[in-house]
Amino acid sequence: MSILEVKDLTVTFPGGVQAVRGVSYEVERGEVLGIVGESGSGKSVTSLAIMGLLQQNSVVSGSVKLHGQELIGMKEDELVKVRGKSISMIFQDPLSAFTPVYTIGDQIAEAVRIHQKVNKDKAAKRAVELLDLVGIPHPDVRAKAFPHEFSGGMRQRAMIAMAIANDPDLLICDEPTTALDVTIQAQVLEVLKTAQQETGAGIVMITHDLGVIAGMADRVLVMYAGKPVEQGSVDDIYYRPRMPYTMGLLASIPRIDGEEGALVPIEGNPPSPASLPPGCPFAPRCPMKVDMCDEQEPPLVPSGAGRHVACIRAQEIEHKGLTGADVFPVPVIPPSDVVRVPRAERPTVLELDSMIRHYPLMKGAVFKRRVGTVHAVDGISFDIAEGETLALVGESGCGKTTTLQQIMQLAPPQGGRVVVLGKDSSTMDAATRKALRKDLQIVFQDPMAALDPRMPVGDIIAEPLRAHGRKDVEARVAELLELVGLAPEYAERYPQQFSGGQRQRIGIARALALEPKLIVLDEPVSALDVSIQAGVINLLEELKNTLGLSYLFVAHDLAVVRHLADRVAVMYLGKIAEIGTVQSVYDHPAHPYTQALLSAIPLPDPELERNRKRILLEGDLPSPADPPSGCRFRTRCPKFARLSADEQRRCVDEEPSIARLASAVDHGAACHYAEEVEVITASDDQEEK
Amino acid sequence: MGKYLLRRLAINVILVVIASSLAYMLAATTMNPRAAYQGRQPPVPEAVIDKTLDAYNLNDKTPVLQRYATWATGVVTGDFGKTWNGASVNDELGRRMFVSLRLLILGTLLGFAIGVALGAYSAVKQYKFGDRLIGVGSFVLMAIPVFVLATLLAIATYNLNRGLGFTLIEYTGEYNPKLSGFDQFLNRLNHLILPTISLSIGGSGAAFYSRIQRNMMLDVLGQDFVRTAMAKGLRRRTALMKHALRTALIPSATYFAFSVGTVFTGAIFTEKIYNWHGMGAWLVDSINANDVNSVAAVTAFTAVCILFASLLSDLLVAALDPRVRVS
Amino acid sequence: MRSKVVLRRLFRNNQARYGFVALVALVLVAYVGPYIGKYDWTEKDFMAFLSAPSADHWWGTTSIGQDLYAVTLRGMQKSILIGLMVALISTGLAAIVGAFAGYFGGWVDRVLMWGVELLLVLPSFLLIAIISPRLKSGNWLWFVVLLAAFSWMITSRVVRSMTMSLREREYVQAALYMGIPRWKIIFRHIVPNMSSLLIIDATLNVSSAIIGEAALSFFGFGIQPPDVSLGTLIATGSDNATGYPWLFVFPAGLLVLLVLSVNLIGDGLRDALDPGSNS
Ligand code: SF4
Ligand code: SF4
Repeated sequence: MSILEVKDLTVTFPGGVQAVRGVSYEVERGEVLGIVGESGSGKSVTSLAIMGLLQQNSVVSGSVKLHGQELIGMKEDELVKVRGKSISMIFQDPLSAFTPVYTIGDQIAEAVRIHQKVNKDKAAKRAVELLDLVGIPHPDVRAKAFPHEFSGGMRQRAMIAMAIANDPDLLICDEPTTALDVTIQAQVLEVLKTAQQETGAGIVMITHDLGVIAGMADRVLVMYAGKPVEQGSVDDIYYRPRMPYTMGLLASIPRIDGEEGALVPIEGNPPSPASLPPGCPFAPRCPMKVDMCDEQEPPLVPSGAGRHVACIRAQEIEHKGLTGADVFPVPVIPPSDVVRVPRAERPTVLELDSMIRHYPLMKGAVFKRRVGTVHAVDGISFDIAEGETLALVGESGCGKTTTLQQIMQLAPPQGGRVVVLGKDSSTMDAATRKALRKDLQIVFQDPMAALDPRMPVGDIIAEPLRAHGRKDVEARVAELLELVGLAPEYAERYPQQFSGGQRQRIGIARALALEPKLIVLDEPVSALDVSIQAGVINLLEELKNTLGLSYLFVAHDLAVVRHLADRVAVMYLGKIAEIGTVQSVYDHPAHPYTQALLSAIPLPDPELERNRKRILLEGDLPSPADPPSGCRFRTRCPKFARLSADEQRRCVDEEPSIARLASAVDHGAACHYAEEVEVITASDDQEEK
Repeated sequence: MGKYLLRRLAINVILVVIASSLAYMLAATTMNPRAAYQGRQPPVPEAVIDKTLDAYNLNDKTPVLQRYATWATGVVTGDFGKTWNGASVNDELGRRMFVSLRLLILGTLLGFAIGVALGAYSAVKQYKFGDRLIGVGSFVLMAIPVFVLATLLAIATYNLNRGLGFTLIEYTGEYNPKLSGFDQFLNRLNHLILPTISLSIGGSGAAFYSRIQRNMMLDVLGQDFVRTAMAKGLRRRTALMKHALRTALIPSATYFAFSVGTVFTGAIFTEKIYNWHGMGAWLVDSINANDVNSVAAVTAFTAVCILFASLLSDLLVAALDPRVRVS
Repeated sequence: MRSKVVLRRLFRNNQARYGFVALVALVLVAYVGPYIGKYDWTEKDFMAFLSAPSADHWWGTTSIGQDLYAVTLRGMQKSILIGLMVALISTGLAAIVGAFAGYFGGWVDRVLMWGVELLLVLPSFLLIAIISPRLKSGNWLWFVVLLAAFSWMITSRVVRSMTMSLREREYVQAALYMGIPRWKIIFRHIVPNMSSLLIIDATLNVSSAIIGEAALSFFGFGIQPPDVSLGTLIATGSDNATGYPWLFVFPAGLLVLLVLSVNLIGDGLRDALDPGSNS
């Protein structure tokens, strides 16, 4: 019998907005149900409704049965016996999910004592056991730490420990790894699997990441605009999607094992729940739309073998065996002229030579004082040739943002050199610096924060033009808007009136205003939903080719990098671990860190995920204020652990520098024992090609 | 931590020195203690006035810098000099600060406790009747300046006492010196009633705290950790009390710490209106009496109290909020 | 477009609506009222000292026979004017000092914040009390400057910390990377983005300046005769409050109403300007 049975669940917020419009599903013991959807699809609201944790003024209807017992409308006295006992929940952002003023141990012990009759000491001991179970080192000491003293990954582990404290039958995980880095995500997913084995619970896994779902879920529910649009076993959904939205979603994700070239974008934006289209909610964006689609919303109908689809053309899709790439138009991106010239003969637009940037480390908000030095960037070198994209990748805290800021400031670095378009930043005067700003522009990560909310879009784009005394501003603004695929009339609107993807396009237009030669892209797509992301990536690629731009692309998403970049530099703790062409680094990573990083990335492919062997890294990133001696990666290096004591000594004493690998022209790694390994198995469709 | 505190202490000492020197200079150059003697009947000879003023270091015929030097030397050795009529400023200060303390401590405590309770209640019942009532009440109270409130209370009590025909509630002075023992204690409490009410409900008391506590609480209520606490299986009430209120208490507590730190500096209006001879009343009296040394002493003392209060509130934040503690 | 949204939210807010209506009414009373009354505020009626409210003297008369209605309205005009001017000066000062300290950091920040600290430590009541009676009488503008000079410090601290977070915002960085001078960035990107805070602060400063003026005048340290303000009237009224209540009740009542209506608007503005609030 299923543990949880949800039927026709709807949630209406005050003001009459329906955030969830009829969700039904079941979860069985030991089963993992994945719920995917983009932001605003209602996936998180659904789970809060099940727990009865929505704001008191929202109206929930339908039925939620736990072991046959109805939860909707249950009295609080009864409900508190279920919450945290039979159903537990893991939230997305574990920093805000823990009360900041109590220790982690106390909060877990509290969860124990709510449902079990044990004394304080016993509960505290149990909390330590639980922390141990989820792999927190020195659990007895760490239990006394406050939430802000834990790293993101550790907090999420503690959250899992708290969720399984009372042996729940069902775990609801709401984007449990979204806020985490990939290598930490891999660790946490592993812990979740352990937790499931330990408790035998069913899991509802809510996420926007199709890779995570592919590796975890048995069955998948796809949500769009507050409603499930497709449901079925994970293999069915991934290999035989029958609803154009699912098809588009799967086709639009960039893959680390994928080809370069244009991605499949889904045009338009998800509808706002306040103003849904009359028929199929996906109709405005659907390339297969026919007139009938506008008449009435297609219901979710069973179509054999536990599958449900909400599309009137599902049958046809099945018969013809259509995929996302068949249905959605793929833009053709013109090739670049610049790259025909061999790289060595092209001018260098940016050169970094052993650049260093250290910060004072401050502590305390009230009692501020310096307690050390952060070695944010500790001697990195790379160069970018004209018409080339170099990606700087690494997890948070690796120093990539600092590098970027140092370049943008055009100020003398603390050590080493920064040379932009042949001009050394440490010797240039103010006039040169200002002139150089024309050629060096930036696109920021958060499209909302990058645009001044109080300025109309036209003024935002015109700002650099005016600052550099350009005439003919209005015509240029219109031209730029068109260039990034927006209507010139938009110049009069304010940033708040645009969706994330559109805002990012505005940011790109502003960066292009002065016809720069080099654009720094700071995580330009990481704040966007998958279906929007593809369009922006395509735009960037196209602009680069048609305008002959060079990009420095800073990112943590290695799949996006594979699509956009020509060369890639992997950073770890303020140093470059590996650098080379995208093909060599992705297909034959030689540094143990790159290998772990690539292997940690989940693939949106259930079959591959099931058979994949991950290289899991131990622990967290060491503090950049106190980096390890010798090789900075040695504290977590899986290879180091396998070396003999003699070999290990070299890693401890001697800092490896980047050595070119024999097998490739443009590929180097900073490891004494570099050795190329394949960690991504080529996917089936790629082999067929 | 120790080094930090020392540095802060040094900065504070400099601030106090500058503040009180400024006040002394200002008072010494603009005030005229001579006036009090000149107007006397029968007239006092000028030489006698000069001699008296010299003795108190108040003679405007002495260059101001020289007077300042004398004053500063005294202050360094812990002597704030003489009042305009020759009494010791130190003694006056010592007596008056405790008068202010006795007057203020109860009102400050009550105001905080009532305000926090009402604010928290208000936030939990947002937009319900109770919330609105508390909101309107605190708004009205905050719009009534303390001198209006105190006067109104005094008028009301006066009429009440007259209507009753005997003095139920005292509305002037600190105590009746004729009584002794337990009676005097009761009498002191009686004298405290009106000032305490006016201090605790007004714009710097309950009304003020209830507003900030409500805002803080609302901020916290929307946060994930309250939801987590309920997801664990806590009742809403328990989650609110144990997790939300505890966290939302930090800002109001720091205001509270600050106001506790400044109880010695007195409440100007309450003291003047209810006739208590505390620090606040002294401030007004000393200005009116052209009492240069007292003015400087009050300034120095207030500056010390303010700095001490802000240190106290910083320490309290650190104690309440692990996020700002230096590990 | 945004200002329209804010206005709409402001007027949907009951508090703000009442406050606004009340304020408009009070300002009308202060400035139009004197034309309706029978007496000028300087006139003295030697037939009526301390007479109770009557048909002739609507709000009664003072101890020197002035018509209380006329005098109170005159005082209210002054109080409103003082409130507005002090609020404008002190909020402007707070914005500039805070923004420069926060944006430039380093020694600029240290020097400015040190000044703020010093002003906070000085007992402003005492300083104003010493200085203001000695100013040339009648020149109440100096009093406004004094009052403003001691009421901007806390706001400037808030502005400073907001600036420090705004400085890290990407659009501010973007402006810097475009080559726009820093002082221009402060006025174009930083100050406008704190306008909600500044508007709210200025509004609330109006009411605290009105109270502040009244408080100082209560002891004779504020507005000097022959000028009147609500504060000076309350001061004389409260001395005789038990015997001649009208002397106290009318000015005090108007003061409370004035402060209340301004506070209501300020609070309503906070709700309307803060997109996070859900009213
Ligand atoms: S019902 Fe029509 S519009 Fe909706 S997904 Fe199917 S084909 Fe597209
Ligand atoms: S140098 Fe040693 S520790 Fe560093 S990556 Fe290579 S094997 Fe690992």
